[in-house]
Amino acid sequence: MTHRALRRTLAGVALASVGGLVLAGCTGGNGDGGGDAGGDIELTIATFNDFGYSDELLQEYEDAHPGVTIVHNRAATSNDARANFFQKLGNTGLADIEAIEIDWLAEGMQYSDLLAPVPDDLKGRWLDWKEAAATDAEGNLIGYGTDIGPQAVCYRADLFEAAGLPTDREEVAGLFTTWDDLFAVGAEYKEKTGKPFLDSANSILQGLANQLEETYEDADGNVIATENPDVREMFDTVIEKGVPISAYAGQWSEDWYASMANGEFAAMLCPPWMHGIISGEAPDVTGWDIADVFPGGGSNWGGSYLTIPANGDNVEAAQELADWLTSPEIQARAFANVGAFPSQPDAYEMTEVSDATNEYFNDAPVGEINSNRAAAITVTPIKGPKYFQFHEALNQAVTRVFDGLETPEEAWDSWVTEVSAF
Amino acid sequence: MTATITDRGTASGAPSPGRPVRVLSFSQRLSRWDVKLSPYLYISPFFIVFAVAGLFPIVYTAVISFMDWDQIRRSGEWVGFDQYAWILQQPKFWVALGNTFSIFLLSSVPQLILATFIAAMLDRHIRARTFWRMSALLPYVVAPVAVGLIFNALFADNSGQVNEWLGFFGIGPIPWHVEPFWSHVAIATMVNYRWTGYNALILLAAMQAIPRDYYEAATVDGAGPFRQFWSVTLPSLRPTLIFVIITSTIGGLQIFDEPRMFDQFGRGGAGSQWLTITLYLYDIGWGEWNFGRASAMAWILFIIILAIGLINLLVTRSLVRDEGGRGPVLTRAERRAAARARRREARA
Repeated sequence: MTHRALRRTLAGVALASVGGLVLAGCTGGNGDGGGDAGGDIELTIATFNDFGYSDELLQEYEDAHPGVTIVHNRAATSNDARANFFQKLGNTGLADIEAIEIDWLAEGMQYSDLLAPVPDDLKGRWLDWKEAAATDAEGNLIGYGTDIGPQAVCYRADLFEAAGLPTDREEVAGLFTTWDDLFAVGAEYKEKTGKPFLDSANSILQGLANQLEETYEDADGNVIATENPDVREMFDTVIEKGVPISAYAGQWSEDWYASMANGEFAAMLCPPWMHGIISGEAPDVTGWDIADVFPGGGSNWGGSYLTIPANGDNVEAAQELADWLTSPEIQARAFANVGAFPSQPDAYEMTEVSDATNEYFNDAPVGEINSNRAAAITVTPIKGPKYFQFHEALNQAVTRVFDGLETPEEAWDSWVTEVSAF
Repeated sequence: MTATITDRGTASGAPSPGRPVRVLSFSQRLSRWDVKLSPYLYISPFFIVFAVAGLFPIVYTAVISFMDWDQIRRSGEWVGFDQYAWILQQPKFWVALGNTFSIFLLSSVPQLILATFIAAMLDRHIRARTFWRMSALLPYVVAPVAVGLIFNALFADNSGQVNEWLGFFGIGPIPWHVEPFWSHVAIATMVNYRWTGYNALILLAAMQAIPRDYYEAATVDGAGPFRQFWSVTLPSLRPTLIFVIITSTIGGLQIFDEPRMFDQFGRGGAGSQWLTITLYLYDIGWGEWNFGRASAMAWILFIIILAIGLINLLVTRSLVRDEGGRGPVLTRAERRAAARARRREARA
């Protein structure tokens, strides 16, 4: 072979390998790693924020199951986890156990056939409404419930006292049994002090929406958002009574965080996971307390599930781990770790939960309060795949009125126009 | 050996009548192929990577944009131009388009003026030159998301530093996250913070390439620093300015990080006050998982950028042409005609 021919052949080989590399790049990252035949299994679990599954907890499982190694990946936010989940669902690259949040559970329910169902013998472990939300039309439960967010009312006892309101948590609980009572107290407080009573108008919308069975879609999946009188009533209530007593339209803004520390508002509708946010953002504020009440009955906000992608390499081993992680005992310990309130009624009897108090909130018996709040939830809201699009758009409508960009009627009309295009 | 090759040559080549059939040896043929094919082989890796990483997504997006696409099941229904029609009917789309241009103008115009000014300052004889030049580039190194976070805190409506500072001058708190115009100003500020120094350094490089004789001659003629700047510096900067304008146009139309970081939701505000095209595109794709609509929107954005790019090109050409010094500018047809004429001459 001539020198040139050799060079050309080499070029050809180089070219082929570049092509190969490129193709490998396309499929790379999809390999799952685990699933060795030798009995050693690497289980991957992907969560977000903090589920309370500490390294010690996972180590315990590894010790009890020789040959199992657990790799725990934590995404920073639920949104990151959501993007990752839907990009890879049905293909490859998901962890053996994927945590999903209730906010995007409805989207995931469209693909319930791609997730391994929870074994029948575990059904009944969780609260009825927690299970119902993750059960598809065929009756398959596809999520192992982790935590829930039964809301109570958090209040600043010092600000209440200054405004001449009761400060004792039982007396305060008597003030907020209905929404009308809450709005009346709020208006009174605002009049006396000139300061807003609640933190945000959209958290009222959240609380109200979760007390309705049908909001934007009915049980058969028909969109009823714009015709449903309940939705209009909810919107009007928030605009007329909620906006005037609220400090902000929505939560999580720079200003919202800043004023939590400055004591600009006196009360918040708060699920258990909010406790850590309040104590973390306003460590120097004293006077926060929790009343065992929520206007109009119970209302859940937030909470998560563990799911198992059906095409994973270690479905059975993953089911075993998910079963263990969401058992009442372990969830009670996760609650002790980070305050993620269990969705398993049996956990409420355990001392980690029943005796739990929170020092920051004037030693409020958080375990007992949250258990009562969880028991007060009677409605299972129907949430279709577009629920959160509708709800988010309605939040924006409230915000537009709050900011003075539109009148209530304009905001409602633009919401109707917007959601009609979904 | 030679015979077979000749056979193959005559069989496939069908040589034009009147041209003598040249018989080549195998090694001669190889070397001809080497000359003709090797360059293409050497550059092929780029094009293969481009085909896989660039062309494929573009074509894929085009196909999806005509479908009601389910990204997870990788299946969809053909709907023709419905997705395009849907996008164009959305009031939000037009608001987003307006916002994008508004932010673009509010950022590019002050940015270029400021960058030119900074470059002119850095071009003078100052102490610790490298220090000043590096300082100008520093904001460019900061990640856009970090810039967003910092400015988000600065521009908070109630607790933000900017409103506090403005308060000292008796200027009442500006609703940065409510009024569309002010939100655009705030976002443009983030863009300017990041890009002014970068553009200043590019302009500075161009300024330093201007022959110093021009300035000497101008000084001799009695031109002051301002006159020199207007009559010598600015005209010489023209090609560089055009480059800077084109890159900032493309960047401006694709603005995403800054508006996304501007509030806690990243969806352009409750009244779409600072919703930009790419933000809307992202929200339809990754917020609503409607990749059919998102793809249609990507193509619309592509066409808009293409159109603006063409306008830019035409303006640029007419501006650069009278720079002179490089001979007449020929169209492609004229160049081809000239090449043909040269070949004919060479053959004769």
